[in-house]
Amino acid sequence: MKKKAKPKLAVWKFSSCDGCQLSILDCEDELLAVADAVHIANFPEASRAVVKGPYDISLVEGSITTPHDAERIHGIRRQSKLLISIGACATAGGIQALKNFCDVKEFISAVYASPEYIHTLSKSTPISDHVKVDFELRGCPVDKYQLVEVLNAFLNGRKPNTPHYSVCIECKRRGVVCRMVAHDQICLGPVTQAGCNALCPSYDRGCFGCFGPKETPNTSSIAEYWSKKGISNRDLIRTFRGINAYAKEFRLESESHE
Amino acid sequence: MSKLPAKIVKVDYLARVEGEGGLFIRVKDNEVKDVKFRIFEPPRFFEAFMRGRDYSEAPDITARICGICPVAYQMSSSQAMEDAFGVQVDGQLRTLRRLLYCGEWIESHALHVYMLHAPDFLGYEDAIQIASKYPEIVKRGLEIKKIGNELMTIVGGREIHPINPRVGGFHRTPLERELKPMIEKLKWALNASLETVKWTSTFNFPDFEYDYEFVSLRHPEEYPITGGRLVSNKGLDISVQDYEKHFQEIHFEHANALHSEHIGVGPYHVGPLARYSLNFDKLSSKTQKAAREAGLGKQCFNPFKSIIVRSVELAYACEESIRIIEQYKRPEKSFIEIKPKQGTGYGCTEAPRGILYHRYRLANDGTILEAKIVPPTSQNQKTIETDLYHFVKKNISLPEDKLTWQCEQAVRNYDPCISCATHFLKLEIEHE
Repeated sequence: MKKKAKPKLAVWKFSSCDGCQLSILDCEDELLAVADAVHIANFPEASRAVVKGPYDISLVEGSITTPHDAERIHGIRRQSKLLISIGACATAGGIQALKNFCDVKEFISAVYASPEYIHTLSKSTPISDHVKVDFELRGCPVDKYQLVEVLNAFLNGRKPNTPHYSVCIECKRRGVVCRMVAHDQICLGPVTQAGCNALCPSYDRGCFGCFGPKETPNTSSIAEYWSKKGISNRDLIRTFRGINAYAKEFRLESESHE
Repeated sequence: MSKLPAKIVKVDYLARVEGEGGLFIRVKDNEVKDVKFRIFEPPRFFEAFMRGRDYSEAPDITARICGICPVAYQMSSSQAMEDAFGVQVDGQLRTLRRLLYCGEWIESHALHVYMLHAPDFLGYEDAIQIASKYPEIVKRGLEIKKIGNELMTIVGGREIHPINPRVGGFHRTPLERELKPMIEKLKWALNASLETVKWTSTFNFPDFEYDYEFVSLRHPEEYPITGGRLVSNKGLDISVQDYEKHFQEIHFEHANALHSEHIGVGPYHVGPLARYSLNFDKLSSKTQKAAREAGLGKQCFNPFKSIIVRSVELAYACEESIRIIEQYKRPEKSFIEIKPKQGTGYGCTEAPRGILYHRYRLANDGTILEAKIVPPTSQNQKTIETDLYHFVKKNISLPEDKLTWQCEQAVRNYDPCISCATHFLKLEIEHE
């Protein structure tokens, strides 16, 4: 009987810190099994070997910040049966989207002596602003177990099992005492998507929104609650304008306090 | 008379490094005409958007510069803030920072030695290919890496972008019983690392040495990780605060990263080779012995042998972690209270790839007014190009595909973190 060819996996990088790609290499216990289940056809961070497309699954890390990358993503989409964007940069523009709220020309001349060498777009945008994306995996960085779950799901033709509810649910499940109610700390947990297993609250600090907005978050209600507690507009803007600053719900909330 | 054909070494996209970079070398009439280590990773403007943020956000934001060495960013930025506010973090809190940093060294060095660099020496394109022939070796590397990651997770909350460090210390310090089980694992990792030193010392190394100026931190009592003075083998001995009086950056068109140079001296070399060559006396007797048995002297000037030196540091980091955990007593308070004030602060620590310098100017309320960050790869960039120039000059007769692969390897000697390098600081001098 003819052996079925292994699905071809490609990993692509755009503007990012490489952390989400690194999550694949951080699956120490699963890595060799993954390498056994798929043909790693294009993954420059891990290998010199490059196999031509088309690819069955493309994992895309990073945001689009240059005219060249805005072109390149279309080529990748054309070569990919499934395109999964991974991490806060790829799903929401990432931390570098903080530039979206500023004058990028002023930025460039502030940091470069020779601004004419720099080719950058005025905004850092998620992959889904440019091409159709089949699935978005959130996180800064992504959770490596979720990453394995997503790969596993697509390899087996089912829907990935990742939650859309808030971090609060995870706190309750773990028995972590509420940072807002009991400690009067700013915590984005009520409006942030779960996936980290309530990491920050379990380390005695409020959530700062690594996984981006949860499904239908009530950001204005929580902002009003903090305002009543005496939190300034500047601090409200800073809070919503972090790792996932350009995710729609966080962006609108931060802009409403300007 | 026929001239020798021009030779071009061109790598559009460098593999097995962090970030997006390439390589271009032009040889004509047997002479190296042009060497470019191209960095095309897009700029992310960290220094610019740090302005206006609160000092307390620096560890979380700067961590996002790098997925491989976030702790280095958290430690250098925290130190700089504490310097500005006149706060000293010492005792168990300082030691705990060293422990977290050791976790990062273990994870990052194991990744580089086993997955990014060793395939070059063995003639494979990646570690997975090595695993098909020598599964035990790759599993050993992955297991060491995993132990480094576990240590980072306990102390820092997670391995990539830890959430626990803060200016002044930690949000929550680990319980003794959370850390103690790591001792047995680290003992295994220490032995495995010593095996790694032996294993890497059997590789074939190109006969290539260069008279580098090595720059690293040096501390009176410790192998340098979290602090010390900046020293070199050519007589430099300065405080971190004086860094910018001695080093500057230049912007070239071919790279979205600035090149650093030692003012009036030229390129310099940071990272494991520099740390080792300037601090051999501060290694433990066990790691010194392993280094000697691997054929290393007290200094090492062959950049290809950096893989052995990294393995020695890997063993050192395991040993140091065991020592710290054995002596660990949970401090009463997890952080020192900070009172912001106006001023400028400096921080410098030893990222796995070399010194990482931060400077911040702060307003009265702790708002960041100006940020300057100089990562190791920016500092090594010029040295990488210098290596390539001399290496190609010496090996010009190699077949083109072999020369190309060895040039890639020469870049990977530095384990460059291109995403780190690609975000800059305000320039001190004008490009001509």
